[in-house]
Amino acid sequence: MLQRIVRWSRKKSPWILHLNSGACNACDIEVVAALTPRFDVERLGVLLKATPRHADVIISTGPVTRQIKDRIIRIYEQTPEPKFVIAVGACAMSGCVYRGAYNIMGGLDQVIPVNIYVPGCPARPDAILDGVVKLLGTL
Amino acid sequence: MKFTVPIGPQHPALKEPISLRMTLEGEVIRDADIRLGYNHRGLEKLAEEKTWLQNIYVTERICGICSHSHATCYTQGVEKLMEIEPPKRGIYLRFLVAELERVHSHLLWLGVAGHEAGFDTFFMYTWRDREVVMDILEMVSGNRVHYAINTLGGVRRDIDDLQKKKILDSLDFLRRRSEFYFKIGANEPSFVARIAGVGRLSKEDALALCAVGPTARASDISQDVRKDDPYGMYAEVPFEVATATSCDVLGRVVVRVKELMQSYNIIEFLLKNLPDGPVAVRAPRRAKPNEVVSRYEAPRGENIHYIKSNGTDKPERLKVRAPTLANYPATVVMLRNGFIADIPLIFAAIDPCICCAERAVVLVDGRSGEEKIVLMSELRKQAHERWKKAPLKKDAVWPF
Repeated sequence: MLQRIVRWSRKKSPWILHLNSGACNACDIEVVAALTPRFDVERLGVLLKATPRHADVIISTGPVTRQIKDRIIRIYEQTPEPKFVIAVGACAMSGCVYRGAYNIMGGLDQVIPVNIYVPGCPARPDAILDGVVKLLGTL
Repeated sequence: MKFTVPIGPQHPALKEPISLRMTLEGEVIRDADIRLGYNHRGLEKLAEEKTWLQNIYVTERICGICSHSHATCYTQGVEKLMEIEPPKRGIYLRFLVAELERVHSHLLWLGVAGHEAGFDTFFMYTWRDREVVMDILEMVSGNRVHYAINTLGGVRRDIDDLQKKKILDSLDFLRRRSEFYFKIGANEPSFVARIAGVGRLSKEDALALCAVGPTARASDISQDVRKDDPYGMYAEVPFEVATATSCDVLGRVVVRVKELMQSYNIIEFLLKNLPDGPVAVRAPRRAKPNEVVSRYEAPRGENIHYIKSNGTDKPERLKVRAPTLANYPATVVMLRNGFIADIPLIFAAIDPCICCAERAVVLVDGRSGEEKIVLMSELRKQAHERWKKAPLKKDAVWPF
């Protein structure tokens, strides 16, 4: 019974953390655009949180740079279980145009496990919304 | 007692990874230290491996907010190297997108400033209106953020009369909204009280520390590359350089709203005087050995690209000086003697674009906090040592 309530509340109100792992800002402004009136992801109960300790879902953008790699792992560890990761944009999926640059790990899944990939350079806010909804569907 | 507070790289107030170290006395900031490199991707090196045309794609991805600025700055420079002149219609369309980008960037920034000042309604308003600009940009270029409209020798897409009419209609709406933002100070005294007098940067300091863009213009320096060193068709476009005299965050808000109005006028002028003809000319594959410096007034300030060619179809060197980097020294002065609660506001007021600025190599040992400057020869020696010890990777694949 308690488990069902927990699952229901998690589904109805996922709190997200927006993490920039070396992105070019394009996906970041699209993530923020998804929170603003036109797309309004908040009507699905999604709330942007500032600290990883409050978050359920990490929305990460960008290829992982070498310097931020350790910080990403630390942030992932700080997030309480169960945690989910959405990789937004082509860079977070595979490195995109930065593939081959010396400071790039190439994709978020090289560093932390990823649940949902949202393609696009940058991903449209509608696509990000779709990714969030698909993640909620798997819970 | 002095106390050092680390802020970032992942911090609620900063949307992008950057690390600030504040030395505090009580609640007053005595000194600030900015640590960079979290967003360093090595784009300048990457650009040397790609052809002139492929590099438009790469330079566009230096930054998502000012993507057109970097791409245009680069394209301008390469066109000079290749000695080709884009047709007039192409130039007009290129800077039509540039001004639309300025509008979207300033609306975005106004929202962020409102958000940092605790005025979230303002944030939601400006971002709602920004979607109108994004729709225009999507209609003109096909993309919302990375427009990909530049090509060597012009632009890739043309616009028709219906699109022209749609843009002019949207402009009316945007003008009305911007006038509302301009008057918001009269209706919202608490917002003005929050941002007035915060992050003071005197005219002398701004000059001495080489501040650029709206940060300099808010300190009463009339400096704008579009006016001082006109590129493209800016010599024939009537517009004024917006300045403010209050030298604080309030001044930076006012300058940006004024610039919005100027941008609407420029867009209207460009659409009404759009010449006929082709939008692009054919560009050669190679450029003669030469070097060029290209200047461009990005939404955040002066953007400089240095490009060197060696006769092949790839650049020998591409160096980018983004406006945010030029504004860092001024930020440290703005932060000094301010309050800790003002940090996000002051920092947001230069409109930092971390991903623009992060290509310079700085050696910081993040784990021990140790910082050292290494000679190039020493670095090379270390690299050789490491390379000798590295195991041979037999199954390694070239990542292209």
